[in-house]
Amino acid sequence: MGALLAVRSAAAGLAWYVKGVLGEDAYEKYCDHHAAVHGTDAAVPAMTAREFWRERVDRQDTNPQGRCC
Amino acid sequence: MGHPSSVPPGATDNPDLSQDPALPPVALTPEVHEAEERNWTPVKIAVWLAIALLGGLSWVMLAVVRGETVNAIWFVFAAICTYLIGYRFYSNYIQKHLLRPDDRRATPAEYKADGKDYASTDRRVLFGHHFAAIAGAGPLVGPVLAAQMGYLPGTIWIIVGVVLAGAVQDYLVLFFSMRRGGRSLGQMARDELGRVGGTAALIATLTIMVIIVAILALVVVNALAESPWGVFSVSMTIPIALFMGCYLRFLRPGKVTEVSIIGFVLLIAAIIGGGAIAGTEWGAAFFHVEKVPLAIGIIVYGFIAAILPVWLLLAPRDYLSTFMKIGTIGMLAAAIVIVRPEITVPAVTEFASSGTGPVVSGTLFPFLFVTIACGALSGFHALIASGTTPKLIEKERQSRFIGYGGMLMESFVAIMALVAALSIDQGIYYAMNASPALTGGTVQGAVAFVNGLGLTGVNLTPEMLTETARNVGEESIVSRTGGAPTLSVGLANIMQQVAGGTGMMAFWYHFAIMFEALFILTAVDAGTRVARFMLQDTLGNIIPKFKDTGWRTGAWICTGIMVAAWGAVLVMGVTDPLGGINTLFPLFGIANQLLAAIALAVCMAIVAKRGLFKYIWIVALPLGFAAVVTITASFLKIFSSVPGVGYFAQNAAFSQALADGETSFGTATSVAAMEAVVRNTMVQGILSIVFVTLALIVIFTALQATWTAWKNRSNATSEDPAVPSRVFAPSGLIATPAEKANQAEWDKRPAATRKVRQH
Repeated sequence: MGALLAVRSAAAGLAWYVKGVLGEDAYEKYCDHHAAVHGTDAAVPAMTAREFWRERVDRQDTNPQGRCC
Repeated sequence: MGHPSSVPPGATDNPDLSQDPALPPVALTPEVHEAEERNWTPVKIAVWLAIALLGGLSWVMLAVVRGETVNAIWFVFAAICTYLIGYRFYSNYIQKHLLRPDDRRATPAEYKADGKDYASTDRRVLFGHHFAAIAGAGPLVGPVLAAQMGYLPGTIWIIVGVVLAGAVQDYLVLFFSMRRGGRSLGQMARDELGRVGGTAALIATLTIMVIIVAILALVVVNALAESPWGVFSVSMTIPIALFMGCYLRFLRPGKVTEVSIIGFVLLIAAIIGGGAIAGTEWGAAFFHVEKVPLAIGIIVYGFIAAILPVWLLLAPRDYLSTFMKIGTIGMLAAAIVIVRPEITVPAVTEFASSGTGPVVSGTLFPFLFVTIACGALSGFHALIASGTTPKLIEKERQSRFIGYGGMLMESFVAIMALVAALSIDQGIYYAMNASPALTGGTVQGAVAFVNGLGLTGVNLTPEMLTETARNVGEESIVSRTGGAPTLSVGLANIMQQVAGGTGMMAFWYHFAIMFEALFILTAVDAGTRVARFMLQDTLGNIIPKFKDTGWRTGAWICTGIMVAAWGAVLVMGVTDPLGGINTLFPLFGIANQLLAAIALAVCMAIVAKRGLFKYIWIVALPLGFAAVVTITASFLKIFSSVPGVGYFAQNAAFSQALADGETSFGTATSVAAMEAVVRNTMVQGILSIVFVTLALIVIFTALQATWTAWKNRSNATSEDPAVPSRVFAPSGLIATPAEKANQAEWDKRPAATRKVRQH
């Protein structure tokens, strides 16, 4: 059982890392930030996942990030 | 010196950083850090002694023993041990004395947090992120070309250069940008060097970007021209990326890992399918593209890609490229350790001193140091280390692991590329990398040329060339210059020993070509976009309407100008009768190192303004070296009387021949070709003059700013005001015992009040 748990936690760690590097956790981070700033205040609703991803990539249109040689 | 040694670093900088007493400590005290560092347990001493001994032994094997052959494993050990020592001791010295990070201060990710651009990111994730942004085709290509001088000079420069120069630059720029809310290098130059220096830095950055994009594109053209398989599989990345973009936009937003895996599978299918299609008669005919039409195709593609919305092409391909990058580099490292190829290249070849090497011309000093730019010292990183990464960093002390450590990783990539290039037969190496002007582009021509070089141990036969070409699934490997094909042959050669045997070589070769083309095309798109915004910003000072980045016409005009600029250089390289890569690559290296000199000059001015003259040598050393190398190289390119080295000497020789009414001269076989040489050398010469002049202005203004700071003993700072931090995180890859204990205090708090996820 110990080995199985270790494998599962290693797999979870790897998934966490890959998602982090590729930026898949961006929406989660945004929600955390939003909750920390605005709490559950309904006057400032958080963006939905779809809105967030759209806005995120569209912002790069006017704010390009360099890639190195 | 404003910091007496009895006061903890940083304490005098910010007397009012008292933290919220309700929180556990947000930073360990300098005394705790000091005590942990000084705690030399016997185990620790034994480990570091072992690292030092293994590193020393490896260097002895490489530099002193020099048997008939040398095993590749010594390169790996020499690199890793030197990196570990450089990281543990030198970067720590820089941290302690020069940068003095203060974890009581909030980073931009904390005090400017917006959940989007400014967002605290786990240090290990950010390391991967930063590495993926800085590592590209550069460290893969430069070392391959420099292998003609033997294995030793390149190895020393990559390893020693990164420890003393490249990683220092990245660390400093990252730290200084972080202290300034993530300001870009251009903005920092303006703040520190005033208008003249700042403007020169901006124009230099813009022109350097054009050259770098052009030469990266040239590498792709050289790798794909007349290769139906390569053309098919690389062009398939466009529909794959479009599909991924639509998938993320409309079907499953945010499922980045999922779409990357789908994309990766499609990519592998494209590589395998490419082999099948190139095997058919129509496929071979349809996807066989000559250099010039291919270059035009890439220019048209570059324009379209840069005006399409990011979500459609750039973003999905970026995911794919990150995925491939980390995976392939890891795979190559593992393969080199498993296969441990024997290297037969001499430690130093005669080309190092004669300067007559067929791959790139010029002697070891200064041309080795500009041929290998990325991997040892890359100015381009300063653009990444200022801007994106500093907005994501969680704690100040982490800048060492991410900035210095990230660059060490890139250097390791360069070492592996060097090993891959060295592992192939010397004769094949020269046949692939000598320009078509020298080999005639034929197997017989290549054999005659390579054997005529008179190198010991090199005996090339036509069968070796045709068999290698057949193994990698290409029609010919003669004069496939640019470094990418050579690296791919090396990689295929190593990988086939791990998986698949000779039958798999073609797959691995095209896998490697695909991998490099992906990086480069991403760099071309992103570079064009960034350059377009810089141009719009600059033009906006004259015609204000250009400042409006949403203005479609303006965006198209500026994109058009940038694409035309790099496209012109690309076409020049592709049609150059002298070979292209060998004349243009030094310009790429010089441009990149000049950017490094500019970045380091800005850092020096900042260090001077902080009043840290005692430690200014940490910056002055790499700055001085980069300045001497690039200025010497530029002057040789401008003033040398040797036609192979000096652009204007070459220009004069061909002009004279034309004036004498000759119809062929040197490697140019027609009047049109001779005229092309005259034109190209003039453009290249003028570019050299522009670069070196701009860099001299920047360095001069930086020296002036340093001198003024020295004279006035001013402690003026352009840093953002210090804000007390409210979070804690360890600083290195592995948390120290004291950091773990402090982290445990934080973990005791209710989950809702913990903002940052600690895995």
